[in-house]
Amino acid sequence: MSVRPNIRPAGHKPPFWRDRAKRALIFQLILVAVVAAFLIYIIGNTQANLNARGITTGFGFLGNTAGFGIGQTLIEYSSQSTYGRTFVIGLLNTLLVGGLGVLAASIIGFIVGIARLSPNWLIAKLANAYIETFRNIPLLLQIFFWYFAVLRTLPSARESMAFGEAIFLNVRGLYLPQPLFESGFGLIPATFVVAIIASIVLVIWNKRRHEATGKRLPVFWMSLVIIFGLPLLILVATGVPVTWEMPVLRGFNFGGGITIIPEFLALWLALSIYTASFIAEIVRSGIQAIPHGQTEAAQALSLPRKLVLRLVVIPQALRVIIPPLTSQYLNLIKNSSLATAIGYPDLVSVFAGTTLNQTGQAIEVIAMTMAVYLIISLLVSMFMNWFNARVALVER
Amino acid sequence: MIHNKETIPQRPAPKGTIGPIAWLRGNLFNGPINTVFTLLGLYVLYLLVVPTVQWAFIDANWVGDSREDCTRAGACWVFVNARFSQFMYGLYPSEEYWRANIVFAMFAGIIAWMVVPRLPFKRWMALFALLIFPVIAYVLLHGGYFDLPRVSTHRWGGLMLTLLLATVGMVGALPIGIVLALGRRSNMPIVKTFCVIFIEFWRGVPLITILFMASVMLPLFLPSELSVDRLVRALIGLTLFQSAYMAEVIRGGLQAIPKGQDEAAAALGMTYWKRMGLIVMPQALKMMIPGIVNTFISLFKDTTLVMIIGLFDLLGIVQAALSDSRWLGFSIEGYVFAAFVFWIFCFSMSRYSQYLERKLNTGHKH
Repeated sequence: MSVRPNIRPAGHKPPFWRDRAKRALIFQLILVAVVAAFLIYIIGNTQANLNARGITTGFGFLGNTAGFGIGQTLIEYSSQSTYGRTFVIGLLNTLLVGGLGVLAASIIGFIVGIARLSPNWLIAKLANAYIETFRNIPLLLQIFFWYFAVLRTLPSARESMAFGEAIFLNVRGLYLPQPLFESGFGLIPATFVVAIIASIVLVIWNKRRHEATGKRLPVFWMSLVIIFGLPLLILVATGVPVTWEMPVLRGFNFGGGITIIPEFLALWLALSIYTASFIAEIVRSGIQAIPHGQTEAAQALSLPRKLVLRLVVIPQALRVIIPPLTSQYLNLIKNSSLATAIGYPDLVSVFAGTTLNQTGQAIEVIAMTMAVYLIISLLVSMFMNWFNARVALVER
Repeated sequence: MIHNKETIPQRPAPKGTIGPIAWLRGNLFNGPINTVFTLLGLYVLYLLVVPTVQWAFIDANWVGDSREDCTRAGACWVFVNARFSQFMYGLYPSEEYWRANIVFAMFAGIIAWMVVPRLPFKRWMALFALLIFPVIAYVLLHGGYFDLPRVSTHRWGGLMLTLLLATVGMVGALPIGIVLALGRRSNMPIVKTFCVIFIEFWRGVPLITILFMASVMLPLFLPSELSVDRLVRALIGLTLFQSAYMAEVIRGGLQAIPKGQDEAAAALGMTYWKRMGLIVMPQALKMMIPGIVNTFISLFKDTTLVMIIGLFDLLGIVQAALSDSRWLGFSIEGYVFAAFVFWIFCFSMSRYSQYLERKLNTGHKH
């Protein structure tokens, strides 16, 4: 084989615009210059505008007194608290509705998704109707429906709907009995934690034993008994140190008990129902993505039906389900910002709404608000990457 | 040798495996658990359907022009009837409705042309829709040219505004999305970093904060003598938000094209833009259409958020009509109507996307 002669005469270099590496470098330098010029333009304008309006930038305003009340506070707050405190309050309220929304949406979504695959024609059609109805109606419309058309038209406190003598529902919200913990109750959460640790140890031990000897115990049921049975036993043994404070009608309103404001109920209901319709579709397609041969092969190995599901179908379906599921969770948390439309005091409503209007510190407030959501997204996508790397199919 | 030349006639299926009764038995009443589920389902259906039909149709009030005509117990569609033109056009002056109607009709015509597979000249139609139609629509809706009286954007509203926001957001987002997706797959590190940061930023924050940003911060970013219309501000926010999602859909489509296609084109001596424009993109775009339709559906639903920054889209105008003192207490009718309109649009689009997915799924099966 002969060496190909170099086509170009030695010492003759191509012009730089034909050199791919140089071209890329020049292109990127131009891009950096354009972006930098754009940023300088914006920053210059912003400074001029802020000076003209007499707004000083900086985060000093966070220490000033807020002077407004908030309808639902998970930690102590009064109108004498600072603007920084309103940020924390809003953030906690966002996380509360987000967390409970994720929980409820998952439960409804998995039930509907499995019902969608039911061999029962009617059940499958009902599940399908649920999915097609709720995912094709804007979320904001659903929030308005639950808030203005349902919860705002409930009877007043005096004529509230009572469920037993403990739970009351009226236009001002849902009233539940509140547990009051007496001394000695601290033992029960402690037992709970101990029980969880014990079951984790049990699971690890059982796995090792299974690998070594092939024998195994019904760990799932055992840990269930430990986690819930042990604290229950302690609860009974210590004589149930809990009393319930019932909500009681005093004058025009209820006192005592836990109050769940209607804004929270509306937002929570709408978020759960809306997101559940997407989760149901994800669950359905995840289960359907498992080729039928997998189930048949497992049955040919004479695995019992329970083990076919647990060892073959569910692990493979989860690989398909989890990535879109987490992005739905993320959507739910971002969508909880619609709270501002009905006045549920979440981060956007309290901090990017009232605090922004009172202080006029638009840039700082919006930047902080966006940073919160960005951090949540970043954490979730880090989890996603970790999970994908863990469950990725290892091929040749 | 016995040789039977006649084919044996087909025998009917065994009794009990065909017919409605067998179907019922096979699908609804096979086994005690399923029977319980079926009965439960029937009960739920009964609880939902009967009162709804009673309320929405049997006991409903259909004709009249004020709330005094709502005498029966059911829904009062008189409210929707009286406000219908507002729900469609917002506060657009009623003597100029014909202009909006022409735009509506052209829009519907373009969509129909693009959707029906048999009609020819799709490429020209798309060019017309992208380049000429926006100009016609702007001239007609906004006015100020050819003796048409000006209608300023704060009077635009209703379904007209919803459609406008969704289509402009979508059409604007498509080219930005393509550039971002190509940038994210680029080998140039700075370009790639910029694109990743841009995409992840817009995808990471809720639309409502973007709309707040567009309405509160955009005026700060621009020179004070330059004031941007509120509708345009919302459109900028929506477009940027949508472009990030679009970029991810396009990236997914690009990843589905085997690398050999690009390499083969490069081996033929094609430049980057020729490879993308002639080889990769046409194949990828075909695969992306269902994903693009799906993001369009979410954008269509998300346009309702503009009411929070004070624009009157369909939901915004319904919400405003509900607080009219002459029509208090008809919120369910208003919401049901708005939900019905949104549902029709979103449902038909999702069906179309499923149809496309089935149609496009024929080619490359392994």
